[in-house]
Amino acid sequence: MNSAVLEEVRSPMNKAIHMPLSDENTPTNPATDIVSVRGITKYYGEDVHALENVNLDFPTGQMTTLLGPSGCGKTTLLKIIAGLLETTSGEVLVKGKAVTSPGPERAFVFQDFALLPWATVTRNVAFGLELTGVPLKQREETAKSYIDKVGLSGFEDKYPHELSGGMRQRVGLARALAVDADVLLMDEPFSAVDEQNRRKFQEDLLRLLSVEKKTVIFVTHSIEEAVYVSDQIVLLSPRPGRIHSIIRPELDRSSSPDDIRRDKVYLDTVEEIWGNIREYLD
Amino acid sequence: MKIAGTEIPPVFSLLIWIGLWEIAGRMDLAFILPPFSSVIGELTTLIARHDFLAAAWQTFQAFAIGMFFAITGGIALGFIMGTSKTANSILGMWVNIFASAPLSSVVPVLMLLFGLGQLTVVVIVVLFSIWIIALDTYAGVSHTSNSLKEMGRSFGANQRQLLVKILFWAALPEILAGVRLGLIRAVKGIVIGQLLLSVVALGRMFRTFSDNFQFEEFWALTLILFVFALLFSTLIGRLESKVEYYAGTRD
Repeated sequence: MNSAVLEEVRSPMNKAIHMPLSDENTPTNPATDIVSVRGITKYYGEDVHALENVNLDFPTGQMTTLLGPSGCGKTTLLKIIAGLLETTSGEVLVKGKAVTSPGPERAFVFQDFALLPWATVTRNVAFGLELTGVPLKQREETAKSYIDKVGLSGFEDKYPHELSGGMRQRVGLARALAVDADVLLMDEPFSAVDEQNRRKFQEDLLRLLSVEKKTVIFVTHSIEEAVYVSDQIVLLSPRPGRIHSIIRPELDRSSSPDDIRRDKVYLDTVEEIWGNIREYLD
Repeated sequence: MKIAGTEIPPVFSLLIWIGLWEIAGRMDLAFILPPFSSVIGELTTLIARHDFLAAAWQTFQAFAIGMFFAITGGIALGFIMGTSKTANSILGMWVNIFASAPLSSVVPVLMLLFGLGQLTVVVIVVLFSIWIIALDTYAGVSHTSNSLKEMGRSFGANQRQLLVKILFWAALPEILAGVRLGLIRAVKGIVIGQLLLSVVALGRMFRTFSDNFQFEEFWALTLILFVFALLFSTLIGRLESKVEYYAGTRD
């Protein structure tokens, strides 16, 4: 490859856009950012310093991925946003209000699915509604419609142990969608799903989210996955987790999944992020 | 078991032992061992006797009442230990000690405390079975996957819902295993208790039969108790098999 071609490949036109890091003094804008975290620091006990002064904004209706090497605190940050973990200092704002516990505007999708093994697909999907006291008939109707949307029609009366990993996570996704929360928090949702199903699931997820208009905060350790699904990628440094950089891959979402995966911007962004993460692994 | 390529049903081994018992009995090897057939003959007359039925009913009552308290108390204790670290550090050691202690030795003390009647038998049933139920419930509750609990919380479950809709069901396989073991221990407890008391219900019959060398009656009574214990444990086993599919799948 001659230098001219190389130059073209690396030209700014094809580069993902880097955002300036927000600092503590940046005011949040609840109109555009549905979730903001301000000065989040987290210690486990006295020794483990998981996160250090993390400031982030999550734009409404967009998919933000938290990406980083193992132990960078990305799941910790997600669980803090979910209200499942307490911060050592700092605060989480949802629609401009500080929150410290789970709430109906946030729904969680778990890495290990966290389905009730003794309940059918329908009851699992309706479980969030069951907890808030929605009448049986109504919640089963809602569950049914989301079971259809995630492509599990015909499996309503099956139990989790009768489903494959990919299908179980579809149940987990349907459960999170069924409560109609504005924000979906997804903790490595595809890591227990095999590679072929994973790709199919990613495509289905993007299609579904374009209809459902959710804000998604997504944790993954897969660079390809992050670039493929995200509007905004937050790269975290190893423990204690700090924001290394924020990358916005400007991909043409209207093209086919295969074209996106062959797109130069896609490939360049993957390489660039890999370059950044490799520093930490050396 | 397979012999010469043919599947032999498990009940066959029981038949062999019964056959051996019959032969040994007929050979008059020991006066305490009458032939199986005459034990069965005595069993049918025994079942029809009024004093037997009254004694059996009294025993069953003590058993049922005792098990009720053991199951409710044991499950409650297990839940308290499983959900509170403080409670577990205070109670855990004692429950473990009681679960493995030879409780038969405290029966005489219980007789002094609660008298020579039905109450003592009930207390014995509770003491024999409650600890293992508590320990198994504790194991079930404390091994409930963390993400299942987080899932409940993230979807807005309150403490009661977390307990009733998640923890209880997640721990159910272990709870049932505990109840089954508790039942078996309770049967042991009731026999030991009544034998030591030997003035109530079946215990008195046992004592009378063995004192008078009525070994047909003695063995018939023993068989009845065996069958009862087996029946109860099979029933619980059936329930267990219904939740077995998720017993081993949690992390």
